[in-house]
Amino acid sequence: MDRSVSPSVEEGPVYTHQTMCLEEGMALECGAHLAPLEVAYCTYGTLSAARDNAILVCHALTGDQYLAEPNPLTGKPGWWSRMVGPGLPIDTDRFFVICPNVLGGCMGSTGPRSICAQTGKAWDSEFPPITMHDIVASQVRLVDYLGINRLFAVVGGSMGGMQALTWVADYPERVFAALPIATSPFHSAQNIAFNEVSRQAIFADPHWHDGHYRDFGAIPARGLGVARMMAHITYLSEEALSRKFGRRVRKEAATAVPAASSPSLFGEMFEVESYLRHQGSTFVRRFDANSYLTITRAMDYFDLAAEHDGDLSAPFGKCETRFCVVSFSSDWLFPTSQSRLLVRALNKAGANVSFVEIESDRGHDAFLLDEPDLDRTVRGFLNGAAEHAGLAKVEAL
Amino acid sequence: MRVDQQLIAEMIPAKARVLDVGSGDGTLIDYLYRTRGCDARGIEIDMQSVTQSVAHGLPVMHGDADHDLAHYPDDAFDYVVLQRTLQAVERPREVLRQMLRIGRHAIISFPNFGHWRLRLQLLTTGRMPMTSVWSTPWYSTPNIHPCTIRDFLALCEEDGYVVQQWLAVDEDGLKAPWRRSIRFANLFGEQALFLLSRG
Repeated sequence: MDRSVSPSVEEGPVYTHQTMCLEEGMALECGAHLAPLEVAYCTYGTLSAARDNAILVCHALTGDQYLAEPNPLTGKPGWWSRMVGPGLPIDTDRFFVICPNVLGGCMGSTGPRSICAQTGKAWDSEFPPITMHDIVASQVRLVDYLGINRLFAVVGGSMGGMQALTWVADYPERVFAALPIATSPFHSAQNIAFNEVSRQAIFADPHWHDGHYRDFGAIPARGLGVARMMAHITYLSEEALSRKFGRRVRKEAATAVPAASSPSLFGEMFEVESYLRHQGSTFVRRFDANSYLTITRAMDYFDLAAEHDGDLSAPFGKCETRFCVVSFSSDWLFPTSQSRLLVRALNKAGANVSFVEIESDRGHDAFLLDEPDLDRTVRGFLNGAAEHAGLAKVEAL
Repeated sequence: MRVDQQLIAEMIPAKARVLDVGSGDGTLIDYLYRTRGCDARGIEIDMQSVTQSVAHGLPVMHGDADHDLAHYPDDAFDYVVLQRTLQAVERPREVLRQMLRIGRHAIISFPNFGHWRLRLQLLTTGRMPMTSVWSTPWYSTPNIHPCTIRDFLALCEEDGYVVQQWLAVDEDGLKAPWRRSIRFANLFGEQALFLLSRG
């Protein structure tokens, strides 16, 4: 991958998102105070007069606010444009959909690239540690700013699901329905382990410069790329990899790799290698290493039960929220067993829970892909919840 | 809706909190919600049925009677329903205990193994009986705990459950005239339906 790539200059992206700026900022769980607080977000659809049809969609680790419109950095369609739009399962003819960039992110919300008011310089690796509670607290500011008291639903996959759960745990009266997908109520030891390898790959990059790489006009592209490559494996499954690539060898690979940096033994690449290298190199163009570190740490901290003496049902004890928990059979990063643990805790709390494990061989990534059962589940759950919430039908809006 | 489901629905008052264990395609909970305003939820073991139910907006979770009832708190429901499943669970006695722990009432339907046709077949052929109700051979049947109406009554007595109402019905769920006599019901009823409460 190319080390000289600089993340934002070359393409001159045109950003289409909006930004909320809160001068007074907000206090973080760690005790630090972030001011000002900026939250970049995109919205779709129209907020009803009663302000009761808002759905907050929370993105995953490396996602952003470009949910259902082309991403200005990559030029690709929004990350869930197959799910969110007019007539789609999250129907923007009916619902007002908000997607914020997470706190600590690198797409416009306050994060390591923001300027620290005290020093006048970018935070970079000095950005304070944040938690899922902080991320959600920043979203609460946005929802307040938009004049919405109760969200009709909070939806999210993977780390987005962690945010959805945190929303209900922290603000139960403000969430009518929650749809956590391919997620877990805690980050497992295995997942922390993967994150740690990702971080060590970044730290080992000679361009890391203790996190102040931007002062040197560099980015730790190799380290961040390796982090992404490894993480990407965890998003797939053995079956999906075998089906997509098998053991196929990429014939032209020998010429595509610079001879000097690659001994011939590693010159002829398997297709799966070439795929991962591509994933790594495109990722470093759009994502900031300090953001990656900040957000992975927030995921590692996440453990709802631990905050309640190990009782996972406790944070949901007072909620009236309707839940739909979705897992995928081949997801080994956030396996069904963890969703089931969550469902049983919700049962114990007396919550109204639907739970579907969708049969798929595509691993964790399945939640972003064409899975008809997921579409049917999301659409049906939201429609059912809308009926219980007394929301107007599409025709009436 | 099947006739036996109609009979079950008639036992449940409006606005009740109901858990249907083995909710299938969700017909009963949908009916209870729409016509009685019940807070009706389902547990279903077949994933396709679960997805179908949730896609219809019904609150159904994937799970089963043996493993998932234990996670609900006491008195979470007014009625817990188990349709045509008791004979297929791993631990029927424990399932009943859980049903009457998490619910104030339990409604249970099961196929009656005391029906005369079964008795006659065993007596005359000396082989495991096969009928339209008991239609799988012994080596592949999911029905690992068959019982008769009298067996079930005996268990209720032993565990101190109050039988508030019971019916013996034929396969189509039609109420049968012998419902006043346990002895006749056990001989002629193909399906049994019980409404229990805690002792």
